Amino acid sequence: MTDILLFRGIDEPGLTTIEVYERRGGYRALRRALETDPGELVEQLKGSGLRGRGGAGFSMGMKASFLPRGDIQKYIVCNADESEPGTFKDRELMQKNPHQLIEGIVISAYAVHATKGFIYIRGEYAAQADILDAALAEAAAHGYVGRDVLGSGFDLELHVHRGAGAYICGEETGLLDSLEGRRGNPRLKPPFPANEGLFQGPTLINNVETLSTVPHIVELGAERYAEIGVQNSTGTKLVSVSGNVQRPGNYEIELGMRSRDIIHGLAGGPPAGREVKLWFPGGSSSPVLTKDDLDLSYDFDTLAKAGTMLGSGAIIVVDDSRSVVDVALRLAKFYAHESCGKCTPCREGTSWTVKMLARVRDGTATPMDLDIMASVQEQIIGHCLCVLGDAMAMPVGSMIAKFRDEFEQHIEAARAARDRAAPAGASA
Amino acid sequence: MAVDPTRVTRFSHGSRIPGWDEAVDLEKDPSVVPDPATTPVPDVLRAQIEREMAVFTAEQRSAAIIPALYAVQRRYGWCSPEGIVQAACVLELTPGEVTAVATFYDMFEMRPVGRHTIYVCTNISCSLCGADDLYAAFREHAGEDPDFNLRSFECLGACDIAPMASVNGAYVGPIDAAEVPALLAQVRAGEEPLPDRQLRRRRSVDPNATERP
Repeated sequence: MTDILLFRGIDEPGLTTIEVYERRGGYRALRRALETDPGELVEQLKGSGLRGRGGAGFSMGMKASFLPRGDIQKYIVCNADESEPGTFKDRELMQKNPHQLIEGIVISAYAVHATKGFIYIRGEYAAQADILDAALAEAAAHGYVGRDVLGSGFDLELHVHRGAGAYICGEETGLLDSLEGRRGNPRLKPPFPANEGLFQGPTLINNVETLSTVPHIVELGAERYAEIGVQNSTGTKLVSVSGNVQRPGNYEIELGMRSRDIIHGLAGGPPAGREVKLWFPGGSSSPVLTKDDLDLSYDFDTLAKAGTMLGSGAIIVVDDSRSVVDVALRLAKFYAHESCGKCTPCREGTSWTVKMLARVRDGTATPMDLDIMASVQEQIIGHCLCVLGDAMAMPVGSMIAKFRDEFEQHIEAARAARDRAAPAGASA
Repeated sequence: MAVDPTRVTRFSHGSRIPGWDEAVDLEKDPSVVPDPATTPVPDVLRAQIEREMAVFTAEQRSAAIIPALYAVQRRYGWCSPEGIVQAACVLELTPGEVTAVATFYDMFEMRPVGRHTIYVCTNISCSLCGADDLYAAFREHAGEDPDFNLRSFECLGACDIAPMASVNGAYVGPIDAAEVPALLAQVRAGEEPLPDRQLRRRRSVDPNATERP
């Protein structure tokens, strides 16, 4: 089963239109929610055990409960800046079932009494943004969004806001700065967005998949939703499997599935004759695992215990034909390019890591450089306003730790190749 | 590793770091909000920007910078200095504020570019599936063509169709390097690029749809 809740019937033609969505029972959860007390809804979200699907895995109900009560302009922001390498689940949800997301946003906004909202979508998802725009217009015409939603007296003004190509804008405070019309530089926390977010107002900010799950929690009830999955990792998760697998794609799984069953079962495993060398369990920012870890249960706590994280649910598989040096360099280059430059450890650390990895590749490094590189990673982690630097340091550090032999062999082999090409003393 | 000092690129002031050849002109006025009286703004552009500004309050108006820059780029093909001044004039912000935002984001072009935009994803998942060869093929066949704005790009969020490219905003993949000339010919002729390989036509819950040969 790979279409349990969020993906149920996702390929149905015309699902992006409100007619088909309503025919399938869409917006029923919203009607029910509007008859419920907002505080009770927040309790339901807490009780469901739903954890943020964007990467951090924080309880959505807790986050919602942090917003202050009272008559104050509050905002809801949907983080649709899906740019973690390897992740493409939110794209599918927005492209195929935009009303499920809109319904989730309206319910969540009602629960925390946010009256203005934005869907911040990455600029590259131009087609998906247009689909959302059209769906939003339909929802407004049917009274699901806008003034006095379904006669309940609750107002929600909702807009689609396009980003313009910056990984850092997926970080929640970077996103808020970008939405306010600035360079996407993360902010010092606290204050957290729940207290002081968009335009200094209390803001509930959640990922597309998290918000798309909300209507299902209202429909099923918190208890029944919490029965899906395993303890502390309730519900279903969309996993995006990519890289060296035979059937890359999005799969909706029940949390707690065995990783091997996802990679080898659903995604078909590496091409014939190859085997898994390493895999990222939760996007390119997660520390890597090896083929010995394939029997781990795919849930938040098990992966955390294994020293990595579930992150955005993007599994990237690298087979044994690939060089770990190339993978590390590719990643480091990405993070160096996307570092916003605000914090020195990240700005300098990512760029020096790229230079050192390039030396490893070219055979001008020494094994001691690996120790320096490992120490640079340690100097980055926990020393910046956001976790972009950590997002490079953790996987690169884990690759050096787990594949140190291969790094050393590569340095030796590349040096020997260099010496053959240009014998010592031949060039300045 | 010996460094040949004569081969190090230097600025005319002798440093490897860009700086000022001349001292800063303290007489010059600081950047100010462009005067509407002396800054003609095309009506269409003004209307587009004002529509975006209507979403926000007057103090929040800088939030309309990114949508305004999109409007400028659609009109002029890039974020030209004139376009930025025009946007700043309508937004009642300084051109400096607008430029600071424009230079941060990868999708805003700060110099004139070809009218067909092709982003080739070269991030991890695509590179594991041959994106480097694909990008090389694009460079070979379109790199010199002034009609194309060809860029290697960070993860575009379509690793299920790796290696892929975003061709004028349409996601296409998987693309074989050998198919690049055909794809480019379609773009030049104003046709849809590789129609059967476009993401919007792919099914989600059908593993066979993405099976690799």
